[in-house]
Amino acid sequence: MRYIRPLSIEDAVGLLAGSSGTSAILAGGSDLLVRMKGGFVEPDLIVDIKAIEGLGEIRQTADGFSIGAAVACAVLGENSALKTAWPGVVEAAKLIGSKQVQGRCTITGNLCNASPAADSVPALVAAGAKAVIAGPSGKRTIAVEAVPIGPGKTSLAKGEIIEAILLDKRAPRSGDAYLRFIPRTEMDIAVVSAGVNLTLDEHGVVTAARVALGAAAPTVLLVEEAAEALIGRKLDEAALERLAKVCAGACRPIDDKRGTIEFRRKVAGVLARRAATTAYARAGGK
Amino acid sequence: MAGVAVSTTINGDHVEYLCQPDETLLDVLRDRLGLTGAKEGCGTGDCGACSIILDDRLVCSCLVLGAEAEGRQVETVEGMAHGEKLHTLQQKFLEHAALQCGICTPGFLIAAKDLLAKNPDPSEEEIRFGLAGNLCRCTGYDKIVRAVQDAANVMKGA
Repeated sequence: MRYIRPLSIEDAVGLLAGSSGTSAILAGGSDLLVRMKGGFVEPDLIVDIKAIEGLGEIRQTADGFSIGAAVACAVLGENSALKTAWPGVVEAAKLIGSKQVQGRCTITGNLCNASPAADSVPALVAAGAKAVIAGPSGKRTIAVEAVPIGPGKTSLAKGEIIEAILLDKRAPRSGDAYLRFIPRTEMDIAVVSAGVNLTLDEHGVVTAARVALGAAAPTVLLVEEAAEALIGRKLDEAALERLAKVCAGACRPIDDKRGTIEFRRKVAGVLARRAATTAYARAGGK
Repeated sequence: MAGVAVSTTINGDHVEYLCQPDETLLDVLRDRLGLTGAKEGCGTGDCGACSIILDDRLVCSCLVLGAEAEGRQVETVEGMAHGEKLHTLQQKFLEHAALQCGICTPGFLIAAKDLLAKNPDPSEEEIRFGLAGNLCRCTGYDKIVRAVQDAANVMKGA
């Protein structure tokens, strides 16, 4: 095994593209080191991306925010501009693990680990976040929901690295929220979860909406029909009922020790409803 | 496997070591440097017994590679006491009997030190949340929380 800490993204891409064996990207390591310890992966090459310039920074740009791939989730929670603009994304990122894990884990790692139950991913999908990918044939930017393609699998090609996650600048009267169900109060894996992102007009009518569910299918689900249930209406009881029904129907969950299919369907609807109510209030809706 | 040469700072001292690329910082601290305060409870970041402070962030040293410590500042429980004089938190853990078997104690001390450095006057709830990444199977946590509260009071007055 080799451990290399390149100083440029080009060098990192070159190392990964040129490696003949298995390779792994190391940022926070809170998934990678656990998998190495368990013997599930034995990489021939570990590329630590934390020394690459810019990857450890949150930049506020004219278009919004660019969150470097090596930024720890704890740092997201300390960025007041980001918290004000995207409270749902930050609250989701802050739910991952303990304080010790928060000091290391990243939203890019959470996305690339490709767990359907990843906490930050439904919030990022609801937020319409994009991933900037550097690779052997240059850079490309894709929607975050196009990154995971199944449990533990991503659409990234050999040599590709996500270098940053982009969040748009906020339109006025916008708000987002993320909620998950776990059988205890802290530090557990979502049984099911929901992220909702809304923009309202001056009268409190929803003009744009995105709803995403976690742990409800092999990948995080963007439920377009749920957004349609909200757009063009105030968040009245009928809209919330419809949202809950559509979300419950859109789930394709598994039965496991953490929850049954029936339970996950029901709770997906309840969480979507509650997250929508919070997002609506954060957008200034009454 | 060729070793990785690492130059770092641990508890204020410049330290150099060679480690394997897949060796955790916890194993380096314990097996190469003789700093056996940090303990391996789970080895997967769940129990907090291996907690250290890395560049001002509380982390589990079992989830950090030894090679990653290059050029960084590492703080372990061994750096808390000054010679024979215990850190206030250590003294208060003794006075409140906030430990029984002691395996989790170094992790709790480091986590509590990090907590009080960032929030010198925490509420009980903030202490419980702040220490939620550290597991103790003996004390039931109450005595630990009391010790941290008492230490916070003393340290504020200092």
